[in-house]
Amino acid sequence: MTDPLPSPEKAIIVLGCPEVPVQQALALSVASGLRDRGADVLVTGNPSVLGLLKVSDPKGVYITKTLVLETCIAEIVEKKRDCTLCIVFAHNDAAIAYAATLSHLLPGSRFIVIVFGKDPEPLAAEINFPCETIVEKAVHNPAQLRAKINKVLGWAVSRV
Amino acid sequence: MGCIESLKYEKILPLGASFKECREYVEKNYTEVWYVEPGYKLFDEYIIGLPPIVLGIEEGTKITFPYTKPCHGTYLLRIEGVEEVERVRKTAKTKKQAGKIR
Repeated sequence: MTDPLPSPEKAIIVLGCPEVPVQQALALSVASGLRDRGADVLVTGNPSVLGLLKVSDPKGVYITKTLVLETCIAEIVEKKRDCTLCIVFAHNDAAIAYAATLSHLLPGSRFIVIVFGKDPEPLAAEINFPCETIVEKAVHNPAQLRAKINKVLGWAVSRV
Repeated sequence: MGCIESLKYEKILPLGASFKECREYVEKNYTEVWYVEPGYKLFDEYIIGLPPIVLGIEEGTKITFPYTKPCHGTYLLRIEGVEEVERVRKTAKTKKQAGKIR
């Protein structure tokens, strides 16, 4: 049984460089939770991170739509794509820059930045644009960060 | 979209530079400084970054700007392009005269 999702019908999940393991697991988890609640979910990132997801989810159970990040940004700038919920995974400066850009380009959407990795606090301090932030030191163990994400999204905490 | 790697560019600040460092460098070292919002198109690329994004114009022919790659970070680069210089002068939102003469 999943909680009803109050608003998002179109969600974009933005992934950073795939070098931190929790990102992969949480991307699949968040995409699955959003789809269960009826959202149309697009996952965007660089070709490496999208390739990893496709290998992890070969039948497209959790993720059906993917798009390379540069193309996604181009489509948003050109008003060909938008969303009501944007979730950005960020564990380095570059991801914060991409988050800032998307926040600027999607002013009408709910915007959540998940800051994680070995030392997330300095990264989170760089955020000076309107968004909700979820900050947690997480590299290999996604449990605490997943609990925080579920809380922010208003989802019941899974015991799995 | 194009690919920045297909253009001839010079690295002014190396990979790993912060947006603040890029902004301060351009404001300090260029007399013609422009500011644009994220998503501004330059050399057929949509520019990524923390707003406002700084552009420095040099000799009326070269533009210096921060460029971010998802996995690698940000660096400050300089590309020659007279037509792009003219377009920046017409479309960038604000202009600031600052720093020493280059």
